[in-house]
Amino acid sequence: MKEKSRTRQNVILLILVLALVIAPFIVAKNGAFGGSDDQGTAQIKKFDPGYKPWAHPLWTPPSGEIESLLFTVQGSIGTGIMAYIIGNAHGKRTAKKQLNDSDATSSTNNK
Amino acid sequence: MLKSNNKSWLRFSLLAIAFALYFTIGTPQDAHAMHIMEGMLPPMWCVFWFAVSAPFFIYGLYRMRKIVNSKEQNAKVMLALCGAFVFVLSSLKMPSVTGSSSHPTGVGLGTVMFGPGVLAVLGVIVLLFQALLLAHGGLTTLGANEFSMTIVGPIVGFLVWKLCRALKVNKSVSLFLCAMFADWSTYVTTSFQLGVVYPDPHGGVFGAVVKFLSIYAVTQIPLAIAEGLLTVIVYNLILNNDLWKESALS
Repeated sequence: MKEKSRTRQNVILLILVLALVIAPFIVAKNGAFGGSDDQGTAQIKKFDPGYKPWAHPLWTPPSGEIESLLFTVQGSIGTGIMAYIIGNAHGKRTAKKQLNDSDATSSTNNK
Repeated sequence: MLKSNNKSWLRFSLLAIAFALYFTIGTPQDAHAMHIMEGMLPPMWCVFWFAVSAPFFIYGLYRMRKIVNSKEQNAKVMLALCGAFVFVLSSLKMPSVTGSSSHPTGVGLGTVMFGPGVLAVLGVIVLLFQALLLAHGGLTTLGANEFSMTIVGPIVGFLVWKLCRALKVNKSVSLFLCAMFADWSTYVTTSFQLGVVYPDPHGGVFGAVVKFLSIYAVTQIPLAIAEGLLTVIVYNLILNNDLWKESALS
């Protein structure tokens, strides 16, 4: 597959991802969109009302804001690494291409 | 030219069918899906899952050493990228048609590039980060979550990938299916892990598994599809920038 067709494919895929993320708000208008494991935990309590969690998190983010901060940090670390690697490779590739191009023109000029 | 057009149309119609299925299956209901929380598995089960996961983790370390020392071009860089991808995807809590949220796992990319073994190590970094800093998942349930996300997920994804390649399915589609099933099987595993420990008083283990599946696995369907698409996007970027040769994948 050629570079351009991959880029085109990526644009289409990105639009599909966006559609998948937006669709729930239209399909499940009244959804609470609560995250976390609360529902699974609630189901456990239904099946086994006597169960008491025997361990608790060592540290819990003091507020929703701090929790979203840490989630963002997690995502940013990952995105940073990926952007660096891909951006670096992209730059290298462009530089190599330019070098090849200038080599080609200079060699024709010499003739 | 005509041939490639035909192929992209085939891909497009397959996606359209997938979307149609997604809207039919995904009836709104209230459910939340993620890892097993701290203290929610009895001590014996915690020990059991740690014991099961440990050999896979050790094999993962061995695989990692091999990759880091390998002469394959960009191997180390790509390993870092696969780890970073897991980091990003598991931080994205996304909405689902069931009216609740969950997050993808991101293990498909590394599975296809390096095989399923090394994901046990990459994944545990993320699980520890979330257990220690976000009160998400837990240390006592680390073994169980490790088993579902970084062992079963990648192995299922790898089998799907190998099967697709054997059937000569296009690489992008194979990668999409690999990532999707790796993600989805993680949450199916979680449902079984919980169903075995907390049987339904009326329906028994089977009834409980069905109930947990309705919470975890159904919510995950659209997210698994999104994860599959995102994995192909990143893989295309990798190929476009000469970071990895397409021929390196069998």
